[in-house]
Amino acid sequence: METMKVQNVTPNDLPWKIRYDASRCTLCGSCVSACSFRAIECKVERRRLIFSESDIPEPKARFSAVPVIRQVRSIKNYCRGCGICEKVCPNDAIRPERNPDTRHPIVMRCLAGDSIKRGGRKNLESTQRTLDKIRVGRISQMTDPSLDAQRHTFDLLAPFGRILPPEKLPLGTSPEGLLQFQENTPPVRWIYPVIIGDMSIGALSWRMWEAVAMAVAYLNEECGLPVRMCSGEGGVPVRLLKSRYLKYMILQIASGHFGWNRIAKAMPHMVEDPAGILIKIGQGAKPGDGGLLQAQKVAEHIQAIRGVPKADLLSPPNHQGLYSIEESVQKMFLSFNAAFKFRVPVAIKVAASATSVSVFNNLVRDPYNIVGGFFLDGIDGGTGAAHEVSLDHTGHPIVSKLRDCYLAAVAQGRQGQIPLWAAGGLGKTGDLAADAFKMICLGANGVFTGKLILQMAGCVGNDMGRCNACNTGLCPVGITTQEPPLVHRLDPERVAQNIVNYFLAMDTELKKLMAPIGNSSLPVGRSDALVATDRAVADKLQIQYVC
Amino acid sequence: MCRIGAIKSLDYVHPSMALQLMQSQQKGHDNSGFAMVMHDLGGIFENYKHLPTLSMAATDEGVKIAEDILHRAGFQRVMQWVPETDPQPGLDINAMPNYVFETFDYPKHLRNAEQTEKEELLLDMRLALRRALEPNEEGFVYSFWPDVVTLKEIGDPRDIGTYFRLWEPDDRFTARVITAQCRQNTNYDIVRYAAHPFHLQGYTALANGENTFYLKNVEFQRKLHRGYIGFESDSQCFLYTLHYVHRQLGWPLRYYKHVITPLPFEEIEQREDKEQLKAIRQSLAHLEINGPNTIIGVLPDHTMFTCCDAKKLRPVVVGRDEKTVVISSEVCGINEILPHRNWEEDIYPHEREIVAIDNSLEVQRWRQ
Repeated sequence: METMKVQNVTPNDLPWKIRYDASRCTLCGSCVSACSFRAIECKVERRRLIFSESDIPEPKARFSAVPVIRQVRSIKNYCRGCGICEKVCPNDAIRPERNPDTRHPIVMRCLAGDSIKRGGRKNLESTQRTLDKIRVGRISQMTDPSLDAQRHTFDLLAPFGRILPPEKLPLGTSPEGLLQFQENTPPVRWIYPVIIGDMSIGALSWRMWEAVAMAVAYLNEECGLPVRMCSGEGGVPVRLLKSRYLKYMILQIASGHFGWNRIAKAMPHMVEDPAGILIKIGQGAKPGDGGLLQAQKVAEHIQAIRGVPKADLLSPPNHQGLYSIEESVQKMFLSFNAAFKFRVPVAIKVAASATSVSVFNNLVRDPYNIVGGFFLDGIDGGTGAAHEVSLDHTGHPIVSKLRDCYLAAVAQGRQGQIPLWAAGGLGKTGDLAADAFKMICLGANGVFTGKLILQMAGCVGNDMGRCNACNTGLCPVGITTQEPPLVHRLDPERVAQNIVNYFLAMDTELKKLMAPIGNSSLPVGRSDALVATDRAVADKLQIQYVC
Repeated sequence: MCRIGAIKSLDYVHPSMALQLMQSQQKGHDNSGFAMVMHDLGGIFENYKHLPTLSMAATDEGVKIAEDILHRAGFQRVMQWVPETDPQPGLDINAMPNYVFETFDYPKHLRNAEQTEKEELLLDMRLALRRALEPNEEGFVYSFWPDVVTLKEIGDPRDIGTYFRLWEPDDRFTARVITAQCRQNTNYDIVRYAAHPFHLQGYTALANGENTFYLKNVEFQRKLHRGYIGFESDSQCFLYTLHYVHRQLGWPLRYYKHVITPLPFEEIEQREDKEQLKAIRQSLAHLEINGPNTIIGVLPDHTMFTCCDAKKLRPVVVGRDEKTVVISSEVCGINEILPHRNWEEDIYPHEREIVAIDNSLEVQRWRQ
């Protein structure tokens, strides 16, 4: 008897098991060729068949070599449960099945001697989301009539840029009794209250990035929705920088400063100003930890755009050389404002944290009047790669933190002066309009979303550990990979169409939520429109409790 | 749904005219109160236009507390008028023991002071009086301002008029501008302070409708000015916005409408003054009112105006003859007191205009 090797990895140690029915399989090979993780392979098994050919039983044994599909027993090529095999199988002969007995968190660390890394989803699902415990509960009736979502006009626009307090507006009165500006004011853009969040061109495939940019241009130019897209760290194609579509793009600078060399060089050739600048200090999915682009995804064009060699690219957790808000305001905001001659709003993105309100308070008192927005990213945010321990165990939920910031502004009478934008798991259930609306009522000027955009494109990952392999460069649907054969699985036109259609649907839904509370402009801070079915949530958010 | 009305005349008019204006609209209120503010006073107040008059309803103890506070601050009473009441049995009125209309001279050291210094002191005194009288409901201080008196009471407007003998015209208690409201209590407890019109430093505003951005307004206004207190009604916000825009920011009246019902962005973009309008809209987003409203206001110089919400969900009519302009939330009120006017000249202000009446009764219509 062979020596038992009980320490060897078997499918039962892995998070997913392949269920394979040889009797249905036609051995077409589609599943094996489609599996980007190489988690299944063709094998030949030795089969023994006992048979008898005579009138009385005369058992004979026949051995044959049978081709089969088998799960790879490896911690490198383990099955992520993406289900592409099932999608491509003509006979329903194969599918992944969640393995509740997985030893993956232990085996993986033991064998690799390294931290587990994966795509940006928090996989510790336990309770119902806070936003789902909130309802729109103040419905206008009779004396305060609801509006007609189909017939009335609505102003669905949110500010991006520093808003001066009214007494600071440099307005004088002309002899005709009209107000006139006596000096310039900080730039403010009024845009759609849902921004496509910052996902970098290294993290996303070129087709995916192109599809999102295409959708944004279509939404602006054909649908009349001024949706903006944030570039994420990692640079922007020069062709786009020099095009007129740059005006729909918020350029991000993060701690890695990737791609900024190119952007700076393209500035003299820009025919349009960008929609804004976003300085990323922190990210909700992995606060205090930087973004991670693993070497396998740093393809040639990424090297060119970012100006880097093929290596693991880490955005450090902070901006090296900037260690305080005071420094940030003085150095970074001023230099970026100056770079675009104070024509482009410059905002900041931080991770929701117990300290976010202090940062926000510091910024609203900024004497330079140049902080153009406070982007707050909660624990459920993030799309790229990260260490699993960061994803699952660090961060702060967004809802109460956004509310805290808003109420801090209210306490100072400074609400709206630095627009609040919030994200982190919004649209997780698929209903972004409801989430956005509730966040706006709680005090957000607008929201941004990334993960949901991936879902619109056909991402098969979820928050229960399916796929989440964005870090590997082997995204099975071509969204977060730079492998040409995988990228070609993505149809950019279809992706753009999905995004456009989703935004159109969401626009209608936002109106359908604004109309019943009688509002034709965004109900920022209208927490009286909300009720909570949970006492603790109601108390914390200072909204009405109902049961 | 409250009913509101206002009269501005070249001659002094008696409040009986305001009562008639309101009474014909009785179906639009529920007898939970009546209130009026009179500007540009005649009769017994005519010689004291430059001195502040205190309007207050109080208990005996409340009157003493208030007078002590004013005397300590150096104010000296120069005139007092106590309306003769007619407490018939069966009147629907929740009356206070005393109604005080007292005119004071400024403290000696302030008699030659700048006007603004006096104005700030008058506000501080009213706030101090209110704070002192509020805890035990010893009294309600409605206004303390030159050439302005305010009367508010809970009950049936008809009976309130009877109680104060306001149905019989005389020439002792008159004014050139009278704004009045008959309440329909919907959202709030029935308290005296909740009855419109509201007055602050010469500004008076009253409204017929709801303010769906009430919470936003309140949260913002509380930090804007020490005088923005109370918020017993969602319409109170309109007064504070008027005061803030016109007095504190010093903007012309026409911009009031741009603040409370801003133009849609699409329309702003078409305008020559788009930069100013956008700046106003974004800096004062929290003073927007989003809900059905008609507003009537009076400025310190006695200019009277009206405007409505951006969807025109509440009606308002302006009618006039040679000597009088009347604004009312229902035309039947104007018909009652100006039956012989030319009805064809009535103005039904639209959703994007302010109708303002100056002291020569010239009517201006500003398109937003």
